[in-house]
Amino acid sequence: MVLHFEVRGGDFAAAGEASSRLKAVLRQLGLEANLIRRVAIATYEAEMNVVIHAYHGRIEARIAPAAVEVAVTDEGPGIPDIELAMQEGYSTAPEAIREMGFGAGMGLPNMKRCADELRVESQVGVGTSVYMRFSLPGTAKEDRGEDR
Amino acid sequence: MTYYHSVRLDESKCRGCTNCIKRCPTQAIRVREGKARIHTNRCIDCGECIRVCENHAKRAESDGLDAIRAFRHRVALIAPSTFGQFRGEYSLGRLLGAFRVLGFHDVVEVAEGAEYASAAIRMAFGRYKGPRPLISSACPAVVRLIEVRFPSLLPQVVRVEAPVDVAAKLYRRRDQEALGLAREEIGIFFITPCPAKITAAKERKEAGQGEIDGCIAMADIYGPLRKALVAPDTPELPIRAGGLGLGWARSGGENQAIGAGELLAVDGIHNVAAVLEEIELGKLGDVDYLEANACIGGCVGGPLTVENPYVARVKIRRLAEKLGTSAIKPEIEAETEALEKEGFFTIPVPLTPRPSLVLDQDVKKAIDKANQIEETLAVLPGLDCGACGCPTCRVLAEDIVLGQASLTDCVIKLREELARMAGDLLNLAQKLPPAMGQEKKEES
Repeated sequence: MVLHFEVRGGDFAAAGEASSRLKAVLRQLGLEANLIRRVAIATYEAEMNVVIHAYHGRIEARIAPAAVEVAVTDEGPGIPDIELAMQEGYSTAPEAIREMGFGAGMGLPNMKRCADELRVESQVGVGTSVYMRFSLPGTAKEDRGEDR
Repeated sequence: MTYYHSVRLDESKCRGCTNCIKRCPTQAIRVREGKARIHTNRCIDCGECIRVCENHAKRAESDGLDAIRAFRHRVALIAPSTFGQFRGEYSLGRLLGAFRVLGFHDVVEVAEGAEYASAAIRMAFGRYKGPRPLISSACPAVVRLIEVRFPSLLPQVVRVEAPVDVAAKLYRRRDQEALGLAREEIGIFFITPCPAKITAAKERKEAGQGEIDGCIAMADIYGPLRKALVAPDTPELPIRAGGLGLGWARSGGENQAIGAGELLAVDGIHNVAAVLEEIELGKLGDVDYLEANACIGGCVGGPLTVENPYVARVKIRRLAEKLGTSAIKPEIEAETEALEKEGFFTIPVPLTPRPSLVLDQDVKKAIDKANQIEETLAVLPGLDCGACGCPTCRVLAEDIVLGQASLTDCVIKLREELARMAGDLLNLAQKLPPAMGQEKKEES
């Protein structure tokens, strides 16, 4: 099944709704709790990245018996150096947003930790797309459970 | 698997309104044939429906005071919230004494058990290495909510016995022997503000791990207790608990008693669910411990209490301050440490996920059903009116796909269907027999 969600940049009040909704559906499918948790955390991080940095984004979640795939595409400033952005603690979030407790530079590292596969493509001034794949139990990577 | 529940429906009082279905945090209630039906595998016994029902059709099944007569030696476990229930001037010792007048031989303060539990929880922080925060297991409705809606958080639930169980176990350990009575001669009864505690006690008992023999609703013995409180021969019993134990009656009291670490308190079952959602998304990782109470205000807001929870909360705070809230007694800390080493505080029954929200055991079939739910939801009006007996349009869509409801249960869809049929009827009615039809055509 395919689910679509729209994410608006700067809309902190609605931030996390898409991840919560996706989580609720995965729960109804009876997927393993740990997998749901990994998908939820990674999708939430990606959703927050759109809210914090981009103007507008779309989340597409494809759920099949073998894997959950989540693609998050945004129109935004893009990431100039993806390798640098993958480092823990690296953040370009403005001070005001950091003061709200967001933008700790753990977004992409957390996504990498939770997903079995992560691809990030970005074009400066155009936008970023994140693709994550989560394999269903048997192939799943261990959840070390670290949080931001 | 079927689960026992203390929360029941009195059919004769239920008028089939939609108040309870809207408030239920696990969407466990449907109105069918004019009566509210509780899905037993979803119900968490939080008592939210008891509180909201204007017809008092929801109640908690509890023991009557007569039940204590089956035992030779009767023990009353007094919840800290009890102390917030009565207005007017009286001593705490006298309130304990009032239970003697009602026929109990011993009166045990759960608040004392709470002090041991607080110290044991603090010790659990040190050992724990998993994802934060740890979540309190003191509120049985919250634990059940996690089992039903947030099974991925079960490993974060702290495995320390709730104060009431600590108090019961301590009594069995210390006093039973001193009395020289057999286990079954002693009946331990919890005077409960809470329907979920009734369920929890019963389940423990059935699993062969329960020390509590019965639960009496606080509201049910409120009258006799008030009388006993002012009776001339009511004895004055010594108070053993300190203010920190007593404080557990109100939201924030548990954290105050634990006293160390980054602590967060949330009360009200819907607020608790919202915070658990956030934890599942990996937020709140900087919090060490979550105190979570299903009732607003904490246990003083329990559905089986009598006093206004806000009044009770102020009263508890004042009493706690009077008893002293600086620290838990060193001897309790020391004893907790010793008991902890022998595993005294470990909850002996496992926490089990109760994934009652799962659409199908087969993932493939579940995905098909989830797709059908989205399709069905798209044609429903989105009013969430509740007239179909389901709390929301989404729940109706789920019930339709699961074969428990039909599209025409929706009053809006039914009207649409009727309008379409009426249109068909009109069309048919306007059709003339061929012999007349020709004429009509010429006229127009």
